[in-house]
Amino acid sequence: MSERTATIASRVGLHARPASIFAAAVGELPIEVTIAMEGEPAEDAMDASSILSLMSLGAANGDVVVLRAEGDGADEALEALVKILETDLDAE
Amino acid sequence: MQQNFSGVGVSPGRIIGSIRQMPKPVSEPPAGERLAASLSADAAAELLRASAKTVQVELQNRAAGATGASKAVLEATALMATDPMLIKAAIKLIKTGLSAERSIWESGASVAEMLINLGGYMAERATDVLDVRARIVAELRGVPAPGIPLADAPFILVAEDLAPADTATLDPEKILALVTSGGGPQSHTAIIARALGLPAVVAAPGVDALEDGIEVYVDGAAGLLSLEPGAEEIAAVEAWKTAAAILAVFDGNGRTADGHLVPLLANVGGAKDAVKAAEAGAQGVGLLRTEFCFLERETEPTIEEQVIAYRGVFDAFPGQKVVVRTLDAGADKPLPFLTDTSEPNPSLGVRGYRTDLTTPGVLARQLTAIAQAAEGSSTSVWVMAPMIATPEEAAEFAAMCATAGLKIPGVMVEVPSAALLADRILGEVDFVSLGTNDLTQYTMAADRQLGTLAALNSPWQPAVLKLIGLTVEGSIAEGNNKPVGVCGEAAADPVLAVVLVGLGVATLSMTSRSLSAVGAVLKSVTLDDAKKLAVLAVSAPNPTEARKRVRAGLPILEELGL
Repeated sequence: MSERTATIASRVGLHARPASIFAAAVGELPIEVTIAMEGEPAEDAMDASSILSLMSLGAANGDVVVLRAEGDGADEALEALVKILETDLDAE
Repeated sequence: MQQNFSGVGVSPGRIIGSIRQMPKPVSEPPAGERLAASLSADAAAELLRASAKTVQVELQNRAAGATGASKAVLEATALMATDPMLIKAAIKLIKTGLSAERSIWESGASVAEMLINLGGYMAERATDVLDVRARIVAELRGVPAPGIPLADAPFILVAEDLAPADTATLDPEKILALVTSGGGPQSHTAIIARALGLPAVVAAPGVDALEDGIEVYVDGAAGLLSLEPGAEEIAAVEAWKTAAAILAVFDGNGRTADGHLVPLLANVGGAKDAVKAAEAGAQGVGLLRTEFCFLERETEPTIEEQVIAYRGVFDAFPGQKVVVRTLDAGADKPLPFLTDTSEPNPSLGVRGYRTDLTTPGVLARQLTAIAQAAEGSSTSVWVMAPMIATPEEAAEFAAMCATAGLKIPGVMVEVPSAALLADRILGEVDFVSLGTNDLTQYTMAADRQLGTLAALNSPWQPAVLKLIGLTVEGSIAEGNNKPVGVCGEAAADPVLAVVLVGLGVATLSMTSRSLSAVGAVLKSVTLDDAKKLAVLAVSAPNPTEARKRVRAGLPILEELGL
């Protein structure tokens, strides 16, 4: 199991356009990725490719989330996803 | 077969074309509907995934053709169509033996409920989930997707009624006219038709049963749809084209036949609108709806952003007047950073100027931004607050304007109390502008959105006309000749516009499409004629009779096909 934390950089938090971009990126990966707020138990983590799950997570700007994945290339995949979360997608 | 269908004409124009019916809303699959015996749960799940994928591709294609905020919404909605949360829950239900249609219906409902419970921005996205759900059910059933039909050639759109979401996706290049079996003169269909200049008839029972593709004749002034158009109808369409050519131009000088000047101004939502309005000959802006610059925003726009938005409007009217209305959030126009959507009665709640009570600072910053945008511009910048109910509020607003360095403060008269105390209110500010839509809804205690109450909700109601007259009297009593304008839908109706001028209204502000028609009709009467017609309207027993009496005194309407 690989695990990474990321701080949400988008001003509006992880919904609307930033959530779309992130969910689409996860959807393109061959592995399953979960997302949870930092400090939440791993079994409560949600499917990171689901825009609805991301929206219900309610992560605001500055919140820290935990990404988890298993399998080949999990580390590289999580690195790339952390970069997306730590960019202010709303500003682009 | 019935040949003629009559309803209420809400936007003039005569046209012949073929009709397309708006698909009926997708009906709910019956509770407990089982899987067909011939279908395994796995096969049904596969069908569901395939249908969801088809819907997603369709939404992505539409997103590709869209721009700005609606593109972002369509992209997010496309992702929702195949969202694991939605689909996995539906497949679980399919495995219990429920049909795919019923399963996605229930799964969509629980996702929407979850979003509504989260509140705020998430709650607004619940509508998108329900839209996606309806599209998937339509796809599973093999019926047309809900929403405006797509077609290569322009057509006459026929529907039961159009929702705001439908009208938002309406492409005026593809639509010749709008005809609905339901709705009323203030319905969204009517408002959008007038704004786009499309002929429209509402409340014409039976039209929603007409067959797709048949050719019909529509007269948006007479309120008529008839089948099998012949020589007479073709001639009527030609006559309209000639009249429309006259109506296409406004000479930029609103006046009566005897030279009494009534500047005709435009209602605009931003710089793009303002440029169009200036091209249409508007003599200024009578209503800049600043909330339209920021409707899709979740956070308060910065002062810099606001300065750019306002400056764009000022630049379209150098040397002329622009009346800026401060943010009018609430009721039908929520802004996430100002509006509490949980109020039980939003029309009577914290909206307009009142949001300064709950979210102080936003208004002061907006006034600063308006003052900065006005700096160095030759435009005469007037500022007004919406939803003012008392002279004290007017005084407070005037003081805030003075602090920001804005010289011409005013208020809107939408609440009957403001009309009744117009003299005292004008003692505090330099002008007032009547918002007739809200003034009507508050005077008659009738919700603007309710078709059932359309008859009550008419600006022709004698009580409403009387309050407009009282506002003008208030200005006379105040003694400094401070202007009373109108910036509601009423000003865009050429018949009612004459009455307003007769009541003593100084300026009329409207959608720029209506400038030429209002200008042409106004030019045909003297100020004295207008005053006489106003007396006839105010003394009429009801709105229908009022309108009939005034129409009878305006022969030009017939000539112009209005």
